[in-house]
Amino acid sequence: MTGEAIGLLVVALALLGSSLGVVLAKNLFHSVLWLAAALVATAGLFLLLHAEFLAAAQVLLYAGGVVTIVVFAIMLTERLVGQTLRQMNRGVGWGTAVAAVVFGTIALVVVRAPLPPAPVGESAATTAALGRALLTDWVLPFEVLGVLFVAALLGAVYLARVEE
Amino acid sequence: MLKAYLLVAAAVFAIGLFGVLTRRNAVGILLGIELMLNAVNINLVAFAWHHGDITGWIFALFTIAITVAEVAVGLAIVIVIFRVRRTIEADHLTLLRG
Repeated sequence: MTGEAIGLLVVALALLGSSLGVVLAKNLFHSVLWLAAALVATAGLFLLLHAEFLAAAQVLLYAGGVVTIVVFAIMLTERLVGQTLRQMNRGVGWGTAVAAVVFGTIALVVVRAPLPPAPVGESAATTAALGRALLTDWVLPFEVLGVLFVAALLGAVYLARVEE
Repeated sequence: MLKAYLLVAAAVFAIGLFGVLTRRNAVGILLGIELMLNAVNINLVAFAWHHGDITGWIFALFTIAITVAEVAVGLAIVIVIFRVRRTIEADHLTLLRG
């Protein structure tokens, strides 16, 4: 096995294990910590795919931002932090079946799909190219994203503020 | 090699779907949605690497940013629901059930 294959195997196992932790943990707080692990493992996958900038953005925004907000939300809404409640609803059997069917379908399509061979030579995908593309071809969606952030920020503050 | 990444992403997507379908707590459901969006990002980046094309990265970057906004608004809604109903168990939130 090549070094990349070994790296992929290790990171994929970490990702799948922590993903299972997210959905199976009895305590919701542990679930968030598993999510942080899963998001960092995903950043590892991005590194294996030579997307260094995305790996950094993933760790900063997801593992930093999202996990922090979710921890706050849990502390505000769980009346008994740390207590182990029944976290699953009655649909565990159905949920497992649906998830298995979805995975089976996607896996079947992926395995049988004829993929074009990878282009040889130096890849054009670099962080410098990403920055240039973001501020030339994709500048309008990029700016709209800023507007979306302002709207989400104002909306979240408006919803969560205490009524007078 | 691309297929290995796609299979990992499919597995993470299915695990997230399982979480969305089986969690009772609304925050737990949001965590499942996070996993599913994350799986999509893996696919986008894997295809970008396979084709040596930057567009997949840009889509993944937008997905990450939009997800962060979605989580902020979603959790604010969860907090409002908790303040009004004193529970965020999805099974108890049946106001819209016909």
